[in-house]
Amino acid sequence: MNPLDSIPGTIVAGIVLAVVLAFVAKAIAGA
Amino acid sequence: MDSMMMIDRWLHIVAGVLWIGLLYYFNFVQVPALAAANADKEGPGPAAISKYVAPRALLWFRYAALVTWVTGAYYLMVAPQYSFMGAFSLGIGAHNVGLTAIGFGAWLGTIMLFNVWVLIWPNQKKILGLAPATDAEKATARRVAFLASRTNTMLSIPMLMFMQAGVHGIPF
Repeated sequence: MNPLDSIPGTIVAGIVLAVVLAFVAKAIAGA
Repeated sequence: MDSMMMIDRWLHIVAGVLWIGLLYYFNFVQVPALAAANADKEGPGPAAISKYVAPRALLWFRYAALVTWVTGAYYLMVAPQYSFMGAFSLGIGAHNVGLTAIGFGAWLGTIMLFNVWVLIWPNQKKILGLAPATDAEKATARRVAFLASRTNTMLSIPMLMFMQAGVHGIPF
C-alpha cells in the first residue's frame, strides 16, 4: 500500500517528513 | 538593489502560490473529479476537463513552477542573510539555522521543479493526447504523472515549513 495513493496518506507522509527533516536541519545547524 | 530584491521576493511568493495552488487543485480536485466522472456512466464524462481545463491548468502550473524557482534562486543570490551556494550546501559549517532551513526549502523546491518538467509534463502530454502514445504507454504515463504529482504534494508540506522557517524559525 503506497501512502501516496490516498490524500490523507500523502498529507500524513508530508507531515512526518517535515518533522524528521526539521530535526535533521537543526542538527546540521547546531541549533 | 533593495527594491529589485523585494519585488523579486514578492514575485516569488505570487508565483509560488499559483504553482502550489494548482498542484493542490490537481491533487485535491481534478484527480478525484476525473475518477468520479469516469465512474458515472450516465454523466457527461471527463472529456471536457481533459480538453479544456487540464491543458490550461498545466500551462500556468509548469511556468509558475519555473518562475518560482528562478525568482527564488535570484533571491538567494542577492539577499544579504543568504547565499546561493550556502543554501544549496545546507549551511553546513555555518551554524546558521535560517540558512540551513532555506537550504532545505530550496532543495525541496528544486526536486519539485524537476518533477514538474521531467516527470509530470512529458507524461501529461501523452495522457492528454498532445504527444503520441500507445494505450500501454498512456497507462504507464498516468501512473508516473500521478505519483510525481502526489510526491510533490507530500514535499510541499516540508518545503513550505522550511521556506517560512528561514525567517521565522523551525517549529519543532
